[in-house]
Amino acid sequence: MDHFMNPRNVGEIPDADGAGTVGNQVCGDVTNVYIKVTDGRISDVKFKTFGCGAAIATASMTTELALGKTLQEGLAITRDAVADALDGLPESKLHCSNLAADALHAAIKEYMAKN
Amino acid sequence: MKRIYLDHAATTAVDREVVQTMIPYFAETFGNASSLHSFGRDAMHALGAARQTVADALGAETGEIFFTSGGTESDNLALKGVETGHIITSLIEHPAILNTCRYLENHGCDVTYLPVDSGGLVDPGNIESAIRNDTKIISIMHANNEIGTIQPIAEIGTIARDNGVLFHTDAVQSFGKTETDLQKMNIDMLSLSSHKIYGPKGVGALYVRDGTEIEPLMHGGGHESGLRSGTENVAGIVGFAKAASLAIERFESDTRHLTNLREMLINGVMDTIDDVHLNGHPTKRLPNNVNLRFDFVEGEAMLLHLDLRGIAVSTGSACSSASKDPSHVLLAIGLAPENIHGSIRFTLGRENTSEDIEYVLGVLPEIVGKLRAISPLVSKGSSRGSSSG
Repeated sequence: MDHFMNPRNVGEIPDADGAGTVGNQVCGDVTNVYIKVTDGRISDVKFKTFGCGAAIATASMTTELALGKTLQEGLAITRDAVADALDGLPESKLHCSNLAADALHAAIKEYMAKN
Repeated sequence: MKRIYLDHAATTAVDREVVQTMIPYFAETFGNASSLHSFGRDAMHALGAARQTVADALGAETGEIFFTSGGTESDNLALKGVETGHIITSLIEHPAILNTCRYLENHGCDVTYLPVDSGGLVDPGNIESAIRNDTKIISIMHANNEIGTIQPIAEIGTIARDNGVLFHTDAVQSFGKTETDLQKMNIDMLSLSSHKIYGPKGVGALYVRDGTEIEPLMHGGGHESGLRSGTENVAGIVGFAKAASLAIERFESDTRHLTNLREMLINGVMDTIDDVHLNGHPTKRLPNNVNLRFDFVEGEAMLLHLDLRGIAVSTGSACSSASKDPSHVLLAIGLAPENIHGSIRFTLGRENTSEDIEYVLGVLPEIVGKLRAISPLVSKGSSRGSSSG
């Protein structure tokens, strides 16, 4: 609930090293994740989300988990890890937690493809 | 924390006067209204008085009032009780009608689902042209549960009458909030629910005009003149009748009060938040319904923020809010799915005050501003959001 009320790492990184967008407006969920990479680690990460409370909270938690991690560690962050870190999510909300992890993975993969 | 209930289309608190009226019917006058002894007769008298009260509230005869378990059962009874044939309804009916129609389609009926305009109104001309030789019934809700649009019921009733077709209306949301005249509106059947009018849950009624042929859903001991078997819920029915009489008694003060609060809320939001739209009809609308669409934000996130501030609202209808499918009503008025997700329904009630609305107007701009600040849909560099956030 705290990550919904006071989401961490909100924003965009204009000169991001990698960016990922998952979801679409028609379904009611869009999450963008931006990363900066320094010495193989995620040195900065920001997100923006249009979605329900769970989508916002999981995006915030995902960025918290990703910050300072190596790219491989970032790719290993799963929706289950995010849900666990938030002390569980209702069944109907599990798909929301996929969004943020998927957007993070997309951002990392974009960086890897460029470098 | 202050708690403000703005979800009266979902359900209402039972009026304290109604509760007091019901209490003797649990442990004292508890008899089975079918029993011949004095316990049973007492219950039967209470039932008769309640039927008279509901009949008076509608301007009907007692023999035309059949108590049911609520709006859903009344809708089912009205449609399934009529012999098979062609049914005309609209795309924005309550699921109790739409899903009953789908069931009947699988059982030999043919159903025409009429579109509505951007305000949610059915065009009576479309009804007239949809009538066929085998059309048995037209079912159009009096007022919509999500957007509050009030249909031209009298015109539709006249068309039905002129064409010899039965006319049913679901008045669950409208009763006590806009005028219902069974005669002027040529209504043959009408569904009512108690818990939407400050009565208890689990009780309602179907008005069936004298002479209308209708078959029961429930077979058994022949209660309710054979149309609805099952021992009557006397306490619930007594409470429902009290709630119905209060709704009529307070009709003018309620509608005036609700209209004032509605306008205060709509105008207040429009004045303080940019990129907001009113869903539904600007004038042909229930006095207690405010359905607003906020661009760039998602409704459920707004609902959660409001809930954390003690304010209860709804996204779409409460019955279906477990699903994230866009509202069938908002789709029918022509909104794109991406716009529907930002819609919130506030439904006001008798106990709400202007202080309640002020409180909502005080917290809403900040909530919308906060969510827009994290929304990827707000275009970069725009100053959109709320004037305060």
